[in-house]
Amino acid sequence: MQKLSLRDRIKEARVSATDSFRGGKLMSSIFRPGSPFRKGYVDSPRNRSYVVMNNVLYHLHPVKVKRHGVRLSYTLCLGGLSFFLFIVLTITGIWLMFYFRPTELAYVDIQALQTDIAFGSLVRNMHRWGAHLMVLVVFLHMSRVFYHGAYKAPREFNWVIGVILLLLTLLLSFTGYLLPWDQLAIWAVTVGGNMAGYTPVIGAQAKFGLFAGLEATTATLLRFYVLHVLFLPFIIVIFMAVHFWRVRKDGGISGPL
Amino acid sequence: MVDIPEHLLKRAAQARAKALGISVEKALAEMKGQEDPTIVSKEPEVIAFEEVPTPAAETPAPVTETPAPVTEIPVPVTETPAPAAETISPVKEEHAAETTEKVAAVKIEQKPPAAKAPAPAKVDTPDEVDFAPEVKVTQRLLTVVKAKPIQKPVSEPVDKVNTWPHLMLPEFVSLMAMTAFLILLSAILQAPLLEEANPNVTPNPAKAPWYFLGLQELLSYWDPQIAGVMIPLVLGVVVWMAFPYIDRNPETHPSKRKFAIMFYTFFLAGAGVLTIIGVLFRGPGWNWTYPWIDGIWFDDLLDWIHFE
Ligand code: HEM
Repeated sequence: MQKLSLRDRIKEARVSATDSFRGGKLMSSIFRPGSPFRKGYVDSPRNRSYVVMNNVLYHLHPVKVKRHGVRLSYTLCLGGLSFFLFIVLTITGIWLMFYFRPTELAYVDIQALQTDIAFGSLVRNMHRWGAHLMVLVVFLHMSRVFYHGAYKAPREFNWVIGVILLLLTLLLSFTGYLLPWDQLAIWAVTVGGNMAGYTPVIGAQAKFGLFAGLEATTATLLRFYVLHVLFLPFIIVIFMAVHFWRVRKDGGISGPL
Repeated sequence: MVDIPEHLLKRAAQARAKALGISVEKALAEMKGQEDPTIVSKEPEVIAFEEVPTPAAETPAPVTETPAPVTEIPVPVTETPAPAAETISPVKEEHAAETTEKVAAVKIEQKPPAAKAPAPAKVDTPDEVDFAPEVKVTQRLLTVVKAKPIQKPVSEPVDKVNTWPHLMLPEFVSLMAMTAFLILLSAILQAPLLEEANPNVTPNPAKAPWYFLGLQELLSYWDPQIAGVMIPLVLGVVVWMAFPYIDRNPETHPSKRKFAIMFYTFFLAGAGVLTIIGVLFRGPGWNWTYPWIDGIWFDDLLDWIHFE
């Protein structure tokens, strides 16, 4: 028998261990056929299709997409990044919820988050800058869509949904703005709420409904909190689902120009 | 012989009657009548086979790959300089390996060469069913389907690539880049936190979040209660939603939608200018200030931009 060096034997053991693990019952129960995580994945057109088709990814992506659509310069990935930022905000937001009470204690909680809690400052910053970034990216996405004329038939309705998504994004950002309960928060929201008060006909009611009263108080804080962490995310997820679904049903990405 | 259930037969007859514009009874009768001689459609082809090879025997014709699949049956046989019809088996051996259709044709040959009455002319009609009758199974012509696609493809075929990896890898990379950027930004820039909220102390100026500052700036020009600035604003949102239904120009190339492009660019520029003014150039009392002289009155940027 040929004598193997120690190194080769280790390598062999490692390969056979990974192979039997990746080919084992557990892994094949988790990953469906065609997954790159299964044993024996080879890069073939068939497997490339399976990677999408046999996985949960199929809910988001078709197996094949137009060639020009994958050029980074076409979409600049802006829609995808809007969605991704939303996910980042959801994750960091849930984390923040562990340390935050939407009462008179809100301000203290944020202070504690910044000073006492491990990574508190980083996560808060990510949530805040991520929110600003999302408003910006969604806006840029809309501009991209406009300049491509991508709202034209058959995509008219997806534009309508898009505008709703933009409004929801702004509302999410705006409701979040109040939560730190500092001077910046309360007065920015007061200014914004007053602007809502200038809405024709229903202005006064809109403002009262928004503030849960005549001005920003802790009642407003609770209201904004519920809107911010529950109601608006719930609504925006529904609209996003429809938005993505329509992108596919309208024949994938628009263009080429 | 396979028995076709009566109700299926009837349905087929109805379809046939509708297609041909004849009565159902007639169609049914026709179909039943066809059952025996005509539909055992293989025999005519056998005849054809017997006829064709004779000339072929002289000229070993090259295999004509006839595109019409149905008629092709007699043809392949031609290519062997087959010594007449009697020697059927050698032909069979030679061609057995070819396409199944040809095999099928060969099988047919084994059927009683006692070709029945039906005219040899039948051979030319390509619509005849051409399955190989297994043993004693006969085929019946239920309907004739023209070689046309049921659906007409409306769009040209497009150049497509696999989502994995051509789309998902760039997506993954941009996602990672965005994460890295956000973490870096958050590590460097501290989000503002001022004193605790106090309804009794109004900061001067009180500014909205930056994405509403353009609007706040706009509202500062006209007293909103008097000028009713909100009316065009609300209308604007509605119009913006309805925009695809207003812009009926089907062109997407920028050179063919100059007006739309200009319109949006002006909108962008206007919103941008108003926002920048609101963020940087407005100080106490909403008076004009220069950021490089008077500093910035925008607390979101408080901790990281210092011009003083
Ligand atoms: C939360 C906000 C949004 C998310 C997460 C989102 C996500 C996406 C994604 C992932 C796509 C696929 C193509 C691409 O990446 O560009 C897309 C396409 C599209 N989006 Fe959005 N979007 C948002 C907001 C908007 C807004 C504000 C508009 C317009 C007012 C809009 C209109 C459209 C249209 C018309 C398409 C089809 C574009 C094409 O086929 O080229 N979306 N969106």
